[in-house]
Amino acid sequence: MSNDGVNTSRRTFLIGLTSAIGAAGAVGLAVPFVKSWLPSAKAENAGAPVQVDISKLELGQRVVQEWRGQPVWVVNRTDKMLEGLSQIEGSLRDPNSEEDQQPPYAKNQWRSIKKEYLVLIGTCTHLGCSPLYEQEPTVQLDHGGFFCPCHGSMFDLAGRVYQGVPAPTNLVVPPHSYLSESVIIVGSEEGETQA
Amino acid sequence: MKKFFAAILFSCLPVLAVAAGGHDAEYEKAPVNLQDKVSLQNGAKLFVNYCMGCHSLEYLRYGRMADDLGIPDELVLKYMNFTSDKIGDPMQNAMDKDDAKKWFGTAPPDLTLEARLRDPDWLYSYLIGFYEDESRPFGYNNKVFPNVGMPHVMAGMQEAVDEEEFKAAMGDITNFLTYAAEPIAPTRERIGVYVLVFLAILLVPAYLLKKEYWKDVH
Amino acid sequence: MRVVNGLIDWVDARLPVVNTYKKHMSEYYAPKNFNFWYYFGVLSMVVLVNQLLTGIWLTMFFSPSQGFESVEYIMRDVQWGWLIRYMHAVGASAFFAVVYIHMFRGLMYGSYKPPRELVWIFGMLIYVALMAEGFLGYVLPWGNMSYWGAQVIISLAGAIPFDVLPFIDANDAKEIGEALTTWVRGDYLLSTATVNKFFALHVVAIPLVLVALVFLHILALHEVGSNNPDGVEIKKNKDENGIPKDGIPFHPYYTVKDLPGVIIFMMVFAVVIFYFPTGGGYLIEKPNFAPADPLKTPDHIAPVWYYGPYYAMLRATTIDWFISSKAWGLIAMGGAIAILFLLPWLDRHPVKSIRYKGLLSKITLALFVVDFLILGYLGTQPATGLAKTVAQIGTVYYFLFFIVILPFGHRFEKSKPVPERVTGGH
Repeated sequence: MSNDGVNTSRRTFLIGLTSAIGAAGAVGLAVPFVKSWLPSAKAENAGAPVQVDISKLELGQRVVQEWRGQPVWVVNRTDKMLEGLSQIEGSLRDPNSEEDQQPPYAKNQWRSIKKEYLVLIGTCTHLGCSPLYEQEPTVQLDHGGFFCPCHGSMFDLAGRVYQGVPAPTNLVVPPHSYLSESVIIVGSEEGETQA
Repeated sequence: MKKFFAAILFSCLPVLAVAAGGHDAEYEKAPVNLQDKVSLQNGAKLFVNYCMGCHSLEYLRYGRMADDLGIPDELVLKYMNFTSDKIGDPMQNAMDKDDAKKWFGTAPPDLTLEARLRDPDWLYSYLIGFYEDESRPFGYNNKVFPNVGMPHVMAGMQEAVDEEEFKAAMGDITNFLTYAAEPIAPTRERIGVYVLVFLAILLVPAYLLKKEYWKDVH
Repeated sequence: MRVVNGLIDWVDARLPVVNTYKKHMSEYYAPKNFNFWYYFGVLSMVVLVNQLLTGIWLTMFFSPSQGFESVEYIMRDVQWGWLIRYMHAVGASAFFAVVYIHMFRGLMYGSYKPPRELVWIFGMLIYVALMAEGFLGYVLPWGNMSYWGAQVIISLAGAIPFDVLPFIDANDAKEIGEALTTWVRGDYLLSTATVNKFFALHVVAIPLVLVALVFLHILALHEVGSNNPDGVEIKKNKDENGIPKDGIPFHPYYTVKDLPGVIIFMMVFAVVIFYFPTGGGYLIEKPNFAPADPLKTPDHIAPVWYYGPYYAMLRATTIDWFISSKAWGLIAMGGAIAILFLLPWLDRHPVKSIRYKGLLSKITLALFVVDFLILGYLGTQPATGLAKTVAQIGTVYYFLFFIVILPFGHRFEKSKPVPERVTGGH
């Protein structure tokens, strides 16, 4: 062993180079391990878009369908319900849907593609309970809407949140589209997204 | 010392040679080419038409096959998926296993992994190996699987086309089943190249580093 | 920098970080003449890490009660699951490959001889734990060969001839062996109850034991210091600072030397994973592409290659004397492994390294390696007439090597003089 004439700069350079390439390899090796945590093909299939038949949905009625483990509501709103929406805007937190809680094609005064059919994910934006559908006016909701029994959050019939309740944002409108006049597909935009 | 190891190595060679060999020469070589999309698509079509009434591919999803083989989803849903309406569903069939057992003596097995369980060459030889034998209930026997319970479902096709065409068709089915047994195989082989090139690059500075430090050792 | 140094000082005052680093890395003096065969210790560590990492990930997607479906789920549906599974399955074989070479190295250079007996004993315990781990893991994918392989191995317990486990309620079993197999299976056939049990042992119990044993193996090694191809004790020749003259600090010299070796190993490993993941049926057997079927035995039941030698010895034992040949087979198999533990005391050769032993030692060692490989091959093949005879001769030589040649062989040969200092080292 002798340490005479050691080329320190060459050693430092080679250590740096080996470490840098090795680190790149470690990152590359981490990719499969990280990506394996993403939804599998099985989960993707289970979470595939679901179709909702609205041909038998009567005026004022709601239908619930499961999509990716969440309740998806489709409400066939009456003209009276739609009229009510504009009258309560003063008491809402985000009446113009500025928060990104809906796809662009549902960012309008009805928060829907076709004005009568409201499509929402039925979980409260506060802590995830499923609010109750109040079809008729109640003490708190004088134009009807959704009332969360857990912590009293209230939403109107476009899923917009009232002021002074725990929920911070409007209910989420999932991506959806119309495969035909009577079939909505939730989770896919392959159909029509224009009224 | 070197000679000593060489002696050990050479004395093992006969054993290793036997271990590495053992490929059955009695089977015809299957025309497997996983890059040949046309063959794979044709194999898929033939499989769905001739085999899938009885044999499922329960670990292969329609959507996966559509992507890998370059078949549009709509066509798969319309012409190949008769049991569900979801592209992501596995390729099942509607046959009742207990009924099947009564009809054929044994339930038709799932074929997803058949090409790995047997061998593509076995499959190909089996598919082209049916011959007429009046003593069997369905009138046919098989060269590589004597007294097999499966009827010769391709008999009609075999009569309608010439031998070359029939063999090509059976080759396509074999190719498709080889794909189905390990859909990742082409990707796996492609990624292997990148990994090996990367490791070879990493080896260079690592080796130089060793050389540099070991200059100290006398 | 001052903050970093301050932090190191703070920790070091409470935990022997610097001391440990010095003792095991920068001031652990290893002989400078390590050769090719000395890569396989660090390679075992690399494979161990691979098995732990990929194993932890596989448990995230695997459910033991649906073993077969689970494996295909991992292979097809989980993103990159195929790579993680191949790394683990091929890694199991790689583990045995490097460990066998590592053990051969020890045998060749007498690395088990005093003062390294405990290093060898811990190594042997690792090897036995590894065999248990390999067997348990092999059953989990619940392929048809998994099922029948497990069936055969568990039935071995049925050969235990004496009433050695009185605390087990034999129920309606006639013999203790039968009661024992039922106890291991937790059922009257191999079932979900068995697999769930094996899963717990495979992913928690044995890995814990393995990691602890590896720690002890290295701790014991660093206490006595490494042997080397010359079998010279480098601690006998120290300089004025008390540093062995033939020793070099493990870090940086052996870390930089091991690195290219590890990379080359990874390349070989990658070639197998990406191009021969089933190893022609030797790493993942063909019958395991069909789910376990209690009514359909594969044409030929064979253990994985790494158990081959012992399985060959088990089958080769056909004597019926005093107890059944099945029981003798079990004794031969168990004895073949147990005798390895006694190696430090069986080898009474005055010389450590094969380099300076006589011709007889060299020839008998070479024969032993060939014998082990042939037994290994025969273990994976059907036991036909000639193969059986060869396996019987092989079994006899295996035991002869340990019981006769190692203790007494040195009397019949002339050894070369062992040098004072190590040779080579570049």
